[in-house]
Amino acid sequence: MHPIIKLVSQRLALGILLLFGASALIFGLTEALPGDAAQAVLGQSATPEALANLREEMGLNRPALTRYFEWLGGIVQGDLGQSLTNKLDISESIGKRLGNTLFLACVAAIVSVPLAIFLGLLAVRYRNRWPDKLISAITLTTVSIPEFLIGYVVIYFISVKLGWFSSLAMINDSMSFWQKLNAIALPAFVLTLVVLAQMMRMTRAAILNLMQSAYIETAELKGLSMFQVIARHAFPNAISPIVNVVMLNLAYLVVGVVVVEVVFVYPGMGQYLVDAVTKRDVPVVLACGVVFAAVYIGLNMVADVVSILANPRLRHPK
Amino acid sequence: MNDQLTHMAGQVTTGKMTRREFMGKAAALGVSAAMASTMFADAARAAGPKKGGDLKFGLQGGESTNSLDPATYASSVPFQNGKQFGDQLVEVAPDGTIEPRLAESVEGSADAKVWTFKLRQGVEFHNGKTMTSEDVLKTMQRHSNEDSKSGALGIMKGIESMKADGDNFQVTLTEPNADLPYLMADYHLIIQPDGGMDNPGAGIGTGPYKLEVDEPGVRHLFTKNENHWNSDFGNFDSVEVVVINDATARTAALQSGQVHAVNRVEPKVADLLGRAPNLTVHSTAGRGHYVFIMHCDTAPFDNNELRTALKYAINREELVDKVLRGYGSVGNDMPINAAYPLFDETIEQREFSIEKAAEHYKKSGHDGSPIILRVADGAFPGAVDAAALFQQTAAQAGIPLEIKREPNDGYWSEVWNVQPFCASYWGGRPVQDQMYSTAYLSTADWNDTRFKVQAFDDMLFAAKAELDVEKRKGIYSQMGRMVRDEGGLICPMFNDFVEGISNQLDGWESDPTQEMMNGNMSRKMWFV
Repeated sequence: MHPIIKLVSQRLALGILLLFGASALIFGLTEALPGDAAQAVLGQSATPEALANLREEMGLNRPALTRYFEWLGGIVQGDLGQSLTNKLDISESIGKRLGNTLFLACVAAIVSVPLAIFLGLLAVRYRNRWPDKLISAITLTTVSIPEFLIGYVVIYFISVKLGWFSSLAMINDSMSFWQKLNAIALPAFVLTLVVLAQMMRMTRAAILNLMQSAYIETAELKGLSMFQVIARHAFPNAISPIVNVVMLNLAYLVVGVVVVEVVFVYPGMGQYLVDAVTKRDVPVVLACGVVFAAVYIGLNMVADVVSILANPRLRHPK
Repeated sequence: MNDQLTHMAGQVTTGKMTRREFMGKAAALGVSAAMASTMFADAARAAGPKKGGDLKFGLQGGESTNSLDPATYASSVPFQNGKQFGDQLVEVAPDGTIEPRLAESVEGSADAKVWTFKLRQGVEFHNGKTMTSEDVLKTMQRHSNEDSKSGALGIMKGIESMKADGDNFQVTLTEPNADLPYLMADYHLIIQPDGGMDNPGAGIGTGPYKLEVDEPGVRHLFTKNENHWNSDFGNFDSVEVVVINDATARTAALQSGQVHAVNRVEPKVADLLGRAPNLTVHSTAGRGHYVFIMHCDTAPFDNNELRTALKYAINREELVDKVLRGYGSVGNDMPINAAYPLFDETIEQREFSIEKAAEHYKKSGHDGSPIILRVADGAFPGAVDAAALFQQTAAQAGIPLEIKREPNDGYWSEVWNVQPFCASYWGGRPVQDQMYSTAYLSTADWNDTRFKVQAFDDMLFAAKAELDVEKRKGIYSQMGRMVRDEGGLICPMFNDFVEGISNQLDGWESDPTQEMMNGNMSRKMWFV
C-alpha cells in the first residue's frame, strides 16, 4: 500500500476514535452544568408540577448513561435526533446552519488566503522597506482589535452612515447567490481582517528563513529576479508551515466566529451552539460539538497530508 | 399659499399624493422640510390606517431553541410570534379594561364563581377549520391539566371545572375571582385547533397573520390572513420578526432602515438614538419592576427590623437615575404602581434615610456579619451596578452587604427562588389580584419572598369576591401597605419599556401591559 494512503486511513481511524472521545467529553461537561433543559426552558415561570411534566416528556428522568448511548446508537445510523426544546429535527437545522457557516467561511477564505500569501510575498520582496512595514502595521492592528469592535465600526460607517451594505447579514433560501454574497459582505470583510495577519506573518517568516539558504544564493547568482527566486525556489519549500497556519485559520473561520455572527445577526453554527448550551439542549450541543471536532480533525489531516506531499523527502521515504 | 397647502394635504388624505411629491411641492412653496414633514404626517393620519407594506421587527429575546408552542413562551420573540398567528379569548386594552377577541362577551355570576364566555361565530383557523367551543375547552385543558408544562399553569389553578356548551365556554372556579377575564387574556392562552393537543408547535391559530417561515433564533415570517374575523386588525401584507439579540446591532438596523421597530433600547443610548431624524424612541411606563428579594422565613431576613433597615438603606432616586437613566420611576417596596387599576395614590412613598436604616438595623440586633446579596445581570440589566450602589448606601448606615456575583446562565433555576437574598425581575401582571396571587399568597409557587401571612391571604380572597370597586380598592390599599411594611420585597424601581419605532409607522399607542404595544403593533399600526 502506498504510504500516503496508509497514513490517511490511519489518521481517519484515529479521527473517528477522537470524535467518540470528544462526544463523551461534551456530554459529561453538559451534564455537569447546573440545571437541565426543563428548568432552562421554563425559566422564571417554572412550577414544580410543570417541571416534572416537562422532564418526563423530554426523557430527562432516565439515567445519563442510557441517554448517551441512545444518542450514540442514533448517530452511528446517521440520526442526530430531535432537539429537546423545540422538537425540530437536528440534522435539518444543523444542515442549514452549517451550510451558512461554510458559505461565510468559504467567502472569507477565498478572499483572505490568497491575499495573505500575496502580502507575505510582497513583504519579503520589500523586506524592511516601507511596503513591508505598512503591511505589517495594518494587519497587526486589525488582528489586535477585538473583532466585535471592528464589526461595530464597520457597521457604523459603511452601513449606517454610507448605507452601502446591510448590517444584517441574514440570508435565506429565497435569496439568489449574488444577494447572499451582498448580504455577507460586511462579516466576510471583518473576518478577512481578523485572519489576515497570522497567515501573512507566517508566510513572511517562513520564506525569510529560507532566503538565508545556499541554494537561494545560487539562484540569485544565476541571475533570476528577486520575485522569481521567491516564487520558484523559496515558496515551494515554505508550503508546509504556511499550509498549517492556513488550516488553523480555516478551522477558526468555521468554529470560532460566534462573535461576528452575533454582531451581524448571521444564522450560523456558533449562535446555534450557544443557544443550545444555555438551554441545556444536550442532543444539539453534542451534534454541534461533533461537527466542530470533525472540522478541526479533518483540516489538520489535510494540513499534514499536504506537508508530506510538498516535501520530496517525506513523499519518497527510504 | 395656505389654500395651496390645504389642497395638497387633502390630496394626501385621500391618497392621491405621495410623501415625496408632497415634500417637493411644499419646498417649492417655501415651506421648511421639518414643517412639511409634520404637515404630511398630520394629513396622512387624518386619512386613517392604510393597508399594505411589509413590517419588520428587530427583537431581542429569541433563541434557536424557541418553539411555536404557546405553552413554552417565556421571552419576547415567542410572545410576539404568538400575537401574530393567534388570538386569546379576550385581551387587556391599553386603558386596562377587557377587550373582546375570540369571545364576544364575558359574563360572571353574582358570586364571581361561574364565568361564561360567549364565543364569536364563524371564526376560521389558518388550516380552514372553524373554531368551536370544543377547541377552546381543549386549549384551556392543555394549559391546566395534570400533564401540563405550560407557562400559564400557575394562573390556571383555582379552576374547578370547565365546559363547552354550544356557543359558550364556561369556567367554574373553586373560589370567587372577579378578575378571571384578565387571567384568560394571558398571552400563553392562544386558542388552537383541537387545543393544540395533536401538534402544539404547528403555529396554527386564528390570528391576523399566517405563519410562512419558522427559523427559530433567526426569523419568523408571517403573511396576511385574509379571512381574519376583524378586517380592521392587521394592516400589513407581511410581518417579519427578526431576532437581533445584540443591542448595538439592533439600533444600527433600525437607524439604517432595515427594520421598522426594535424593543429593549438600552437606556444609555436612548437619548442619542432619539436624535436620529427617521425614528422615534417611545418610553412607556409599565408594571415591570427591578427588585431585591429577601426570604421572610430565613435568618437573618426573618427579622422585620432588618428588612426595614435594608428598605431604608437603598437610594431609589439614584438607582432610577443611574441604572435606568431616568427611563423608569421609583418603587415603594410593593409590586404595584400607578399603572395598575385600583391603585391607591395616598400610600406614602418610602424615602431613602441613612438615620432610619441605622436605627432599624440597631434594633434588629444583627451580629454585623456580612449579609450576602446574590446578583447577575441576567436578573435585570444593570443589576450588578445597582447592587454596588446599594452596598455603598447600606455601608453608610453601618449595614455590611457582601455582593456575590452569580452566572447569568442558570440564574432562574439556581439562585432565584432558592437563595434567601438576590436580585430579580418581575414583568408585572394586568391586575393587582393576579400579581399578589402569583407571588405573595402563602401557597403560591412563585412566592419568592416567602411572605406567608394569613391575614394577607384572607384579604386577597375577600378582594377576589368583592364586586364593589371602592371596597376592593380599600382592601388592595391595605394589602399594599402590608407588603410594603412587612414583606421581603425591596422594590427600588419600575422600568419603562423603551422602544425605537421608525417614523414610517403610524398609529402608536402606549400600552403598559407588555412591551411593543402588548404585541399589538402589527394589528394596529400602519405605514404612512
